[in-house]
Amino acid sequence: MAIKKFAVACYDDEEVLFPAVKKVRHSGYKMHDVYTPFPVHGLDQAMGLKETDLHVVGFIYGLAGTATALGFMGWIFTSDWPMVFGGKPHFALPAFIPITFELTVLFSAVGMVLTFCYLNQIMPGVKKHLFHPRQTDDLFVMAVELNDQVTEQEVVDFLKTTGAVETSVQNAETEWWYGRWDKEEDYQLAGS
Amino acid sequence: MHLKYESFVREPLVDGDKTYHQVTEDIVRPIEQKPGRMWYIGFYFSVLLLLFGVFSVTWAVYWGLGTWGVNRTVGWGWDITNFVWWVGIGHAGTLISAILLLFRQGWRTGVNRAAEAMTIFAVMCAGQFPIFHMGRVWDGFFVLPYPNSRGALWPNFDSPLLWDVFAISTYFTVSLLFWYSGLIPDFATVRDRAKTKFRKFMYGFASFGWTGAAKSWQRHEALSLVLAGLATPLVLSVHTIVSFDFATSVIPGWHTTIFPPYFVAGAIFSGFAMVQSLLIICRRIMGLEEYITVGHLEAMNKVIVLTGSIVGVAYLTELFMAWYSQVVYEQAAFQWRIAGPYWWSYWAMMTCNVVSPQLFWFKKLRRNIPFTFIMSIVVNIGMWFERFVIIVTSLYRDYLPGSWTYYSPTWPEIGFYLGTFGLFFTCFFLFAKYFPVIAIAEIKFVLKTSGENYKNKMDKIDAKSTEEFIHEQAEAHHH
Repeated sequence: MAIKKFAVACYDDEEVLFPAVKKVRHSGYKMHDVYTPFPVHGLDQAMGLKETDLHVVGFIYGLAGTATALGFMGWIFTSDWPMVFGGKPHFALPAFIPITFELTVLFSAVGMVLTFCYLNQIMPGVKKHLFHPRQTDDLFVMAVELNDQVTEQEVVDFLKTTGAVETSVQNAETEWWYGRWDKEEDYQLAGS
Repeated sequence: MHLKYESFVREPLVDGDKTYHQVTEDIVRPIEQKPGRMWYIGFYFSVLLLLFGVFSVTWAVYWGLGTWGVNRTVGWGWDITNFVWWVGIGHAGTLISAILLLFRQGWRTGVNRAAEAMTIFAVMCAGQFPIFHMGRVWDGFFVLPYPNSRGALWPNFDSPLLWDVFAISTYFTVSLLFWYSGLIPDFATVRDRAKTKFRKFMYGFASFGWTGAAKSWQRHEALSLVLAGLATPLVLSVHTIVSFDFATSVIPGWHTTIFPPYFVAGAIFSGFAMVQSLLIICRRIMGLEEYITVGHLEAMNKVIVLTGSIVGVAYLTELFMAWYSQVVYEQAAFQWRIAGPYWWSYWAMMTCNVVSPQLFWFKKLRRNIPFTFIMSIVVNIGMWFERFVIIVTSLYRDYLPGSWTYYSPTWPEIGFYLGTFGLFFTCFFLFAKYFPVIAIAEIKFVLKTSGENYKNKMDKIDAKSTEEFIHEQAEAHHH
């Protein structure tokens, strides 16, 4: 929980946003984050973000599903309660494939979605600061962190030169907090 | 090198002069307005149907399955027919949202949200039938492998019926997750422009606190892609396993290796027809003609003519194999299908599924909306008859002529089926009112490459020579 001060620039086109992101990175100002209404391809590279490992995690969850299904069915039919069905061997691998496949997919999907929510810190009842209400509509919003080394005016003026259609200075909580979206900002209470 | 250019030969996916904000306005409008009279009429009618279904099922559970027309010879009647029919319908949603995503089919963005919703509701309807088919439904949880007091007696993992339990429940879960993860950013869009307290609260809750941060989007893209990759083999496996319910048994007419691909093609066929029925009405009532264009409908009609033809080939292959196998039981089963007491169901299936979709080879008919709507209903009637033919006309004359019988449904069976329509449309009406029926973020994503106003700007680029264009793109990339 930390409240920081940000200079915020809003752009109305991703083609303006890209050069702006590059300029801010070159300038040495500390870019907090960029918020867009839809996925903008290449923005993560432009911002210098690393590629996500979410798919690797999904693969591991999938393997866990495979192992669970084969291990469980194998244990039941060979040691816990061995039975013969239709003359098949106890460990009837071909007959186990459908359930093994389904559990692989199930584990991978459920695990990935939960990991996705955890990494993004999202869940029902979570509230976060919005720098602009239209950042989920048609504005591309960049937040630049302000600190002792820079003045507010200097950063805002700089952001204006990058083609921002709207700029502002805001104090904002950087983390999430429990809250209802129909209530006004209650993070100061949560943070104190 | 990323070329932001798409050929003018492809028609725009979004018609009209749209900005990002206009897209939000258009798609969120139905959520923020009071629904029209048609919505209320449709919704209450669906709820009424649903209640009648609940009554019919309660009747059957209370008095026992003897109230149904199924008997010792025909153990699977309308219930399993309807189960397979609904599951099949669901498959189009996954095909559109997952398989077409992997194939980079841009046109899917206009229809995937509604199609995926249809999948979830259809699977919910489908699931009811095997559950109540159990008879003693209060013991239904016996299908789950849990350490129980019966000496830890486990279900039979070698049985296709148990595979079905896993397949359907996994399919439902994964479809729901895929659908909902796509909805989160769109719920955030609705939340951030909400005027009423109720909407702010509800969509705030439903959007999980989404802000659209770059890293979140990056993970979202990765998640969507992998879920699509998982859903693709999943959807094929589900109907394959459903077909195993039949194919692994030794009933003439069922015991054939052609079933998995034949069932999957049929599922996609009927599912696309259902998407057409729903979207043709939706786009009209909700004023979304610029997002669900005639081009979208035509693309789906192409899938219908393709899968319909595959199904037709499968029907003919079955006939050929019956003759070629020289097995008298197999031959008799197909003779009676064609000219036995259930001949009408076979010919209804043939006409609706094989003959009529061939009309879609004509471009004029593919782009004709009333015709498409009628065809979509015809196809779904045909596909219902297909399942009825496969199930009932393989069972009613078994190996013992003494137990031959004729099966007709009773009112609780018909009421159960009507009830699932009630469930399906109740859910769909609520979806149409409270959910963004088109994926807002995805439309914005394709807007600049495939929107009409942006495509028009490409005329200048089209006039350039190829060398000049490549040179410019390469230069732009270096800076």
